[in-house]
Amino acid sequence: MAIFGKLRWISRSFTSLPANPLRICVVGSGPAGFYTAEKILKAHKGVEVDIVDRLPTPFGLVRSGVAPDHPETKIVINQFSRVSQNDRCSFIGNVSVGSSVSLPELRQMYNALLAYGAESDRALGIPGEELGGVYAAREFVWWYNGHPDCRNLAPDLTSTDTAVILGQGNVALDAARILLRPTVELARTDITSHALDALEESSIRKVYLVGRRGPVQAACTAKELREVLGIKDVSIHVKQADLVTTPADEVEMKNNRIRRRVYELISKAASSGPSPPLPGQRELHFVFFRKPDRFLESDDRSGHVAGVHLEETTLEGDDLGKRIAVGTGIFDDISCGLVLKSIGYKSVAIDSLPFDHYKGIVPNVGGRVLSDSTGDLPQYETGLYVCGWLKRGPTGIIATNLYCAEETVASISEDIGKGVLTSNSSKPGREGLLQLLDSRNIRVVQFDDWEKIDAEEKELGNLKNKPREKLATWEELLQVASE
Amino acid sequence: MFISKFSRLGAHAIKDLVKARSITPRTSYVPAVQNSYSQALGHKSFCTTAEKVSEEVNEEKQNVSVTFVDKDGEEKNIKVPFGMSMLEAAHENDIELEGACEGSLACSTCHVIVMDVDYYNKLEDPADEENDMLDLAFGLSETSRLGCQIIAKPEINGIRLALPVATRNFAVDGYKPKPH
Repeated sequence: MAIFGKLRWISRSFTSLPANPLRICVVGSGPAGFYTAEKILKAHKGVEVDIVDRLPTPFGLVRSGVAPDHPETKIVINQFSRVSQNDRCSFIGNVSVGSSVSLPELRQMYNALLAYGAESDRALGIPGEELGGVYAAREFVWWYNGHPDCRNLAPDLTSTDTAVILGQGNVALDAARILLRPTVELARTDITSHALDALEESSIRKVYLVGRRGPVQAACTAKELREVLGIKDVSIHVKQADLVTTPADEVEMKNNRIRRRVYELISKAASSGPSPPLPGQRELHFVFFRKPDRFLESDDRSGHVAGVHLEETTLEGDDLGKRIAVGTGIFDDISCGLVLKSIGYKSVAIDSLPFDHYKGIVPNVGGRVLSDSTGDLPQYETGLYVCGWLKRGPTGIIATNLYCAEETVASISEDIGKGVLTSNSSKPGREGLLQLLDSRNIRVVQFDDWEKIDAEEKELGNLKNKPREKLATWEELLQVASE
Repeated sequence: MFISKFSRLGAHAIKDLVKARSITPRTSYVPAVQNSYSQALGHKSFCTTAEKVSEEVNEEKQNVSVTFVDKDGEEKNIKVPFGMSMLEAAHENDIELEGACEGSLACSTCHVIVMDVDYYNKLEDPADEENDMLDLAFGLSETSRLGCQIIAKPEINGIRLALPVATRNFAVDGYKPKPH
């Protein structure tokens, strides 16, 4: 079976291409990877692009990050699928660059474009961060979205009535919404059953969204905020005192329409005030000007979190956009049994890849990777590029990668034009990679194997009136892929 | 609508074109409004020769003329049937307008700039949902709209839509982080 597949691939690559096509390997099949692949294929008719991912499933955060109740945001998968179906493009899943194949090995076979995003988290670096019940929002999101790495996260939602979420960006709002939304609504989405079951049993009734700065600086956007403020049977709590704005705030809002609209939404929610609590009603609290000082350990349950010790802050700095929260020495606590840290993702470094540990990105100019050299003139790594969060840092929406890809592909095109990148018969591309992986007993997943997973998930979903029931373990995914 | 830093940069590219437009109208405006009264009477018997020609064009015309201007300044004129969105029309005519969410108001990739403020004013005001998405659009301007929300109707015959010059705003250094 596996040999048949390989022969089919080899014959495909000889049909429509010049004898020695330029071969590019895109590492990471999320929006950055797919938009880049699409643009390269369009701009250069003689290039072959392979898209590699360490998961058996493609699409990155579109599959594992976008919330289950946001299906329209996932429609872009249709466009990405069409890219995979291009004759000159192949998806190669279940291949981890850095372990299944090293970066130097990959670069012997291809010119490489790294778009593997940010799979780790910023740390607060405060006492108690290791306590049970304290998770990165990323882990919680991966858990309810069926990412196989977090299948067994098993967050305890039944020993507490309060969750604290640190951060007020859209990821924080997603987590809050999933915790507070009536489960009958979630049951119709592609949320995984293990998460839905846990949420149905959940005793969490209060969620606090805690930000270091004020409502003008909250990192979320209008659509998501509007949505969370409108959840059925949830009362919204905002302190009037937190809405006071400074002249610097006014200038910031004048220059930035997103900030202004977010502030107006929060302000409106505060003035309409929470109605007297009805039985069974849940609460969403927006807490501003508080930074976490430490996590408090439970007396009854050793090693588990029981609360967050917060320090009140004030904003300092005249330079707009660089105003930072500074502690005032006044403290208070919020008791809780679950904490989600939603303070930013962080990219993971791999061997033989120049990496800026402070910024958490690969040093680059316009997507061309800078060498580690300490000489005066910047030197570029030949045939190595980056795109997406690994290039820019973990911010932006799916569409941000459109422009990021355009920039990186412009650099690649320039290099092709200058002869810096040439098709070279010594770069064996796909054939070389498949042979190497085979010798290491690594079972690759092609796009039509992913389609088997896709079909199975949709069929299972059908039985439960959901768009799909995701296969959430490595074993199930690989088993269905190889049927 | 508030102009943000982005909109200033985005609008810069089309400023000259917009100025030119308002001074020298390009082609004669052919009204596409269906005159049901003249239809009922059998227009051919009541018109002068000149009117007859233009009304014949009206009768057959169930579409509007739309010109797309891409980021390199290249223009493409297409005919869009009433009721079709600009996004759909762009895709049918191989114009490079992205549509990640395929018209579900869940992205900003079909963002276009209406080059004449007169035409912009003929469009219905954007709903909150559209404004939410426009917040996130690159190169946002005062006459920006989502292509999937501009629907062809007689009043917008001759509309000119510019694709935003996004790459000019995109810089790794000093880049304003967008929320996600």
